[in-house]
Amino acid sequence: MSGPSTYEPKTGFTKWLDARLPIVRLGWDSFVDFPTPRNLNYWYTFGGILTVCLMIQIITGIVLAMHYVPHIDHAFASVQRIDRDVNYGWLIRSIHAVGASMFFLAVYMHIFRGLYYGSYKAPRELLWILGVVIYLLMMAAAFLGYVLPWGQMSYWGAMVITNLLGAFPLVGGPITEWLWGGFSVGNATLNRFFSLHYLIPFLIAGVVGLHIWALHVPGNNNPTGIEVKSNRDTLPFHPYYTSKDGFAIVLFMVIFAFFVFYWPDALGHSDNFIPADPLVTPALIVPEWYLLPFYAILRAVPDKLGGVLLMFGAIGILFVLPWLDTSKVRSMRYRPLARWFFGFFIVACLGLGWAGAELPDTPVPGLGAIGVDFLLLGRVLTIYYFAYFLVILPILGFVEKPSERPASIEESVLGSKSKPAPAAVPAE
Amino acid sequence: MTEAVENTGAHGQEPSRRDFIYIATGGALAVGGAFTIWPFIDQMNPAADTLALASTEVNIAELEEGQEITVIYRERPHFVRRRTAAEVEAARDVNIAALPDRDARNFNLGDGAPATDENRSAMTAEIAEGVEIEDALRASLLVTSANCTHLGCVPTEGAGDYGAWFCPCHGSHYDTSGRIRRGPAPENLSVPVMTFTSASVLRLG
Ligand code: FES
Repeated sequence: MSGPSTYEPKTGFTKWLDARLPIVRLGWDSFVDFPTPRNLNYWYTFGGILTVCLMIQIITGIVLAMHYVPHIDHAFASVQRIDRDVNYGWLIRSIHAVGASMFFLAVYMHIFRGLYYGSYKAPRELLWILGVVIYLLMMAAAFLGYVLPWGQMSYWGAMVITNLLGAFPLVGGPITEWLWGGFSVGNATLNRFFSLHYLIPFLIAGVVGLHIWALHVPGNNNPTGIEVKSNRDTLPFHPYYTSKDGFAIVLFMVIFAFFVFYWPDALGHSDNFIPADPLVTPALIVPEWYLLPFYAILRAVPDKLGGVLLMFGAIGILFVLPWLDTSKVRSMRYRPLARWFFGFFIVACLGLGWAGAELPDTPVPGLGAIGVDFLLLGRVLTIYYFAYFLVILPILGFVEKPSERPASIEESVLGSKSKPAPAAVPAE
Repeated sequence: MTEAVENTGAHGQEPSRRDFIYIATGGALAVGGAFTIWPFIDQMNPAADTLALASTEVNIAELEEGQEITVIYRERPHFVRRRTAAEVEAARDVNIAALPDRDARNFNLGDGAPATDENRSAMTAEIAEGVEIEDALRASLLVTSANCTHLGCVPTEGAGDYGAWFCPCHGSHYDTSGRIRRGPAPENLSVPVMTFTSASVLRLG
């Protein structure tokens, strides 16, 4: 899709620069002239939103690191000091903490968008896989960052997650000690977690570069899932999508700001305002909301190693998704059956999140009378989660009869001349 | 003619000096690389001062029957419990073959010892020379790691199906001998190395 470059340096300086380091040309071809399908809807704005999220986290994080003390005796107090004494510390820390949640909110939208429109299918498999790598790195960064305030949830979350690795036979024990740098989660652990928490965002930025590169070879997928066939299917990225993305970013920032200013602690856990105490475990240990579904999957299995494997498998399966979905049709807009299963899949993910937040033995409201507790709910939804990838998508490709698709992206937007144009073709 | 071909090396069949240098360099890089990476991996392991963490001494004289204290030994919390006669009785009255983990998990004994209550209690602790300790006291003392063998939470005392410890995190039930009975935890709570250094002091480690 990327054709010959249309960039023409005009001034003497840009000509001089272009012959030596064609960086302006790269920016021009990637973000100004880049031909983009003309039918992208607002679900496609999350890429831009995510870029902004990453930048916010890096900038606020660098500032916080100037005031934070990575030592078990001082970490908790230093975070309180940032909130109370450091000039605008309350604001910057709140942006960073809320920002983590916003980042995940956006990435989930972005991922579900990709799942619905079949953006993982050939020729975009690598693009998708790089995205899953970014998601994994994000989870690692979020987990490490959550440990740093050294509250009760920080400590016990770190304990539970690092102990997961102990489930592996033989190597498990040595690996956890290696990770801790001691016999338990302690000062050595906090120090290295801080170091790695600082490193990972830059790794993410690097993979994001690859992600965009891999996007710019085949170009954007689009809601019809039909490949771009001619120039009339596309618009230049600027000003059409810079303005659309920009508008979406502003809306997103409104939500972001609402949380930062009015509800900064809503997405955290109150137990994390209690300093870490290795002698007392909180009654209910829960991860941050964005990791709850995986926590539910972990708990769905009565066996330690089995639970760990299944939890990692839940993410690992995303890597092979491009080869599990056998349908020739990309977009679920034209897949009447897949659309239903996808809807259930979203419900299953939300349900898993709910199950992960509750104690396993608690009866599910409304279903408790028939003996359904959150453990059972988690198990049923875990089965559906895996069945969606391993059974439903592979089989659907063979049995489903796709509905009629437009001949081109242009036709889907502007209607075809041969057919009587439907009164209002959805503009997206 | 043959002379010339041999000397041009890479184009001929015979290995040339350049091939040799190439392979030798590659080999040196691989071996040197491995030796260089190792320090960067090993630095994450517990440091010498951490490994040298001293032992912990527990005063058992003030421990009442049925009382439990938690002490830190090697960075980890440990339960020290002086059990009642009824609790010891309940712990002994168990069919070992039916336990989820039949190993005593006692560092005083090593692998493979059956998980009887005798093998888990302070009966297995060493006794320093000249120290006299009642058998009943030794049998009633139980010292175990306080980190659930599932994912490391600290179980709650006096709760669960066996009235001993219950781990709230994912629901593991331990009995009055610290053995896993129900739930996701795979192993019994481990028993550290112990020595009675006097009639009132139990040293861990
Ligand atoms: S940590 Fe105790 S049951 Fe999971």
